[in-house]
Amino acid sequence: MKWHVLRPLWVAIGLVGTIFVARAFMVPDDFGVHGQNFTYGYHRLSNIQEWKDFPVKYQGRETCGSADCHETNLALLDSSTHETVECENCHGPSIDHPDPNEFLPLDKTRELCLRCHAFLEYPNSDRGELMSIVDRTHKRRYECVECHNPHDPKEYYE
Amino acid sequence: MSCSRRDFLKEAVGGTLVSTLPLSAFVLLTTDEAKAAIADSKVRWAFLVDTTKCVGCGLCVKACKIENEIPYDAAVTRTWVERYVITKDGETHIDSPNGGRDGFIDDKIRDEEIEPEDIAKAFFVPKLCNQCDNPACVQVCPVGATYQTNDGIVLIDRDWCIGCGYCIMACPYGVRFFHPEHKVADKCNFCYHRISKGMQPACVECCSFGARRLANLRDPDDPVTKIITTERVAVLKDEYGTKPHVFYLGLDANVR
Repeated sequence: MKWHVLRPLWVAIGLVGTIFVARAFMVPDDFGVHGQNFTYGYHRLSNIQEWKDFPVKYQGRETCGSADCHETNLALLDSSTHETVECENCHGPSIDHPDPNEFLPLDKTRELCLRCHAFLEYPNSDRGELMSIVDRTHKRRYECVECHNPHDPKEYYE
Repeated sequence: MSCSRRDFLKEAVGGTLVSTLPLSAFVLLTTDEAKAAIADSKVRWAFLVDTTKCVGCGLCVKACKIENEIPYDAAVTRTWVERYVITKDGETHIDSPNGGRDGFIDDKIRDEEIEPEDIAKAFFVPKLCNQCDNPACVQVCPVGATYQTNDGIVLIDRDWCIGCGYCIMACPYGVRFFHPEHKVADKCNFCYHRISKGMQPACVECCSFGARRLANLRDPDDPVTKIITTERVAVLKDEYGTKPHVFYLGLDANVR
């Protein structure tokens, strides 16, 4: 049967076939429904491992005191009212520390202390109960660490 | 060629039935595959936020941005802290400058001075991805780039995402955003790289006040799971049916 409609039809079928062949090459082998149902679990399985391999930056205070390095400062901190404050909150994430090329960006600014210690009278938050100052009136020209020891806040330098 | 009306109807109905059968109906699973498909994971991650303990220091937001390599000065963040001040005239004042990244140092809210004696209640609410059981963001993904793992975390495949932004629109909590560097959708995943190594998420570790805590709901001895299962906790936007898994202690009706 010779019919002019057939010619574009073959082109269309060829195109669809090409898409299927291309798809077979482009879609990774581990793509599919894994564990969950199709709605929520259709994915590339190896992506889970890729996320698990994402580099960790914040190592935690345990690593600071473990390898005979900063246990004096950590002991002082642990016995002070700043006991719950993480080392890396001020010293910056340790990442590959103590790699000699790694320099931890210690934050000594007044703004860092004010995050907790700027006075806000909020009745339903512990914020109002923290030892705090009014930024406008308390020693404006100084950084907090010039007078207060952040590892032991009860101690003042004159 | 002849075709009776009866034959035509028979073949038409038969052909329609066959064409509606999906190919997957013919896939036979081995016993092991079938078991793996229905096996329950020993882990279901959840989160507990104690809004009464949060002081709005914003160190969680800072840590999250650094830990997860979110551009520090871009107006996007995986977690943020909102400040709610409800005055005695019944008005609610909400702000979250830079997502609370630099803390809340000023008592002005959107340049508005509020006298302490006018405050009826005031508190901070940290927000993050709810890792829903029925994630609306996953349903709308046209390419299968976002999915739920067996331990309940919703992840995004950065190689597969085409950046269409449907999921950003679909999330009722507004936790998804467009990553300005990778040009894909991005959101909190409870620091999946940390919790799968037995560590705490960066925001939990950096919180000095215990306002943020991670729980494994499948572990009945987990102290945080005990709080979630025995105390009065609330979730955000329950009415959406997404079954969120970030639980809040001391949540106020004004929190949206």
